[in-house]
Amino acid sequence: MLELVLFYTASTIALVATILALTRANATHALIYLILSLLAVAVIFYIIGAPFAAALEVVIYAGAIMVLFIFVIMMLNLGDKGDRREKQLLKPQIWITPVIFTLVLLVELVLVLSQSAPAEIQGLVTPKQVGLTLFGPYVLAVEIASMLLLAGLVGSYHLGRRYLEEGRENSSRGRS
Amino acid sequence: MSDGMIILFSLTVLLGGVGGAAVMTWWERRLLGIWQDRYGPNRLGPFGIMQVAADMLKLLTKDDWVPPFADKVVFIFAPTAIVMAMMLGFAVVPFGPGLQIIDMNIGLLFFLGMTSLAVYSVLLGGLASNNKYALLGGLRSAAQMVSYEVFMGLSLMGVVMLSGSFNLRVIVESQADGWYCISQFLGLFVFTVSGIAESHRLPFDLPEAEHELTAGFHTEYGGMKFAMFMLGEYLGLILISSMIVTLFFGGWLGPWLPPVVWFGIKTFIVICFFILLRAAIPRPRYDQLMSLGWKIMLPLTLVNLVVTGAVALWLSGASGGAA
Repeated sequence: MLELVLFYTASTIALVATILALTRANATHALIYLILSLLAVAVIFYIIGAPFAAALEVVIYAGAIMVLFIFVIMMLNLGDKGDRREKQLLKPQIWITPVIFTLVLLVELVLVLSQSAPAEIQGLVTPKQVGLTLFGPYVLAVEIASMLLLAGLVGSYHLGRRYLEEGRENSSRGRS
Repeated sequence: MSDGMIILFSLTVLLGGVGGAAVMTWWERRLLGIWQDRYGPNRLGPFGIMQVAADMLKLLTKDDWVPPFADKVVFIFAPTAIVMAMMLGFAVVPFGPGLQIIDMNIGLLFFLGMTSLAVYSVLLGGLASNNKYALLGGLRSAAQMVSYEVFMGLSLMGVVMLSGSFNLRVIVESQADGWYCISQFLGLFVFTVSGIAESHRLPFDLPEAEHELTAGFHTEYGGMKFAMFMLGEYLGLILISSMIVTLFFGGWLGPWLPPVVWFGIKTFIVICFFILLRAAIPRPRYDQLMSLGWKIMLPLTLVNLVVTGAVALWLSGASGGAA
């Protein structure tokens, strides 16, 4: 009973926070709501018996990726100008088409969910089980993901290197 | 423990944390004074300990001002975030056998999650102040903390491999025949350095470097809100110290004395070591900090991880072959 109450509270917070994150004109406020929504999702993971997923949600999504988002906002430092532009984007007529499409998807989702039996909660999934599954049957997916990340790393290094060399040339020119 | 006992114990830990952080401000100034050949605050009460009460009184009665150009809600929310995150971090620390608020099977990950959430305090404080020094401080802290978080987590994986669990109680119990500070000295070194960087204390206090950025992210803060930032920082110091003790120095384990006393003594020694570092090492430049992180700390962590994994596999293979 208590678990149900906690679950529905966390889900409500997640939904409301996500809607608020979409409709805020100020980018910082929107991101704070998005972080709140991610934390609520972490609580949901914990309640349905996946503590490892919950911890990763907090450490990686809320604790690292969102920090980088805020970092970018700070770098751009748009201030009021950004708010005004965002307000123009949030005009009602722009929202009509996406809302209609989303409603269709929602109806489809409800139909699919109502036909299939609800998934049973499998009890607690320990970190050890997650690790054994990842490096057992799903090792190929892990390897592909790691290769993708490596490609991203090499690519960003290559892009950054150009600026590094330009900077070096400029500074040496300055000195001579 | 029964429910009532747990609530009582949590309150004790909360009050102990806040009280400890308050006394720590005085203790740090006294120790720094001694190491720098001066007295430090020694006038009020025995050894000047009433300085804590005087400082608190001053902070509480100060004008609680929000600058008109700041983003008000975020400005007020920012200092509370670090205190909440650090307080929650104490929930998984095992102070003694059975003396733990939650015996969580992902305790270590919970601690890492809470330290990574504490970043928002500095970040949002810097952003909401709407001041260029605060913004620069926030930017620095974001880059510093995200970088050092990477190997803060990785440096602990050696301990996890050897103990076979994320549960902090199990990690302490598995150190009964040898503390991990010996087999995991690389991990201990990296975790200590990244712990200082995460709690942005001197020598890694670049987000608030006072001679470049006035006071960095808390330039616009005063009164109670400034005190909250300081409280969060000192709570972070105590939390990191108790985690070092738990993970590398056998936690509550020790002969003769009661376990909680051992935990307290060890944590106190680690805290004094952190203060000594502050007195002894000058602040590096920002690019030096970053290259130290990515070019020295990260490779060291990876070497530690690979070697620990190989030795653990070899040992388990050897014992398996014998059995």
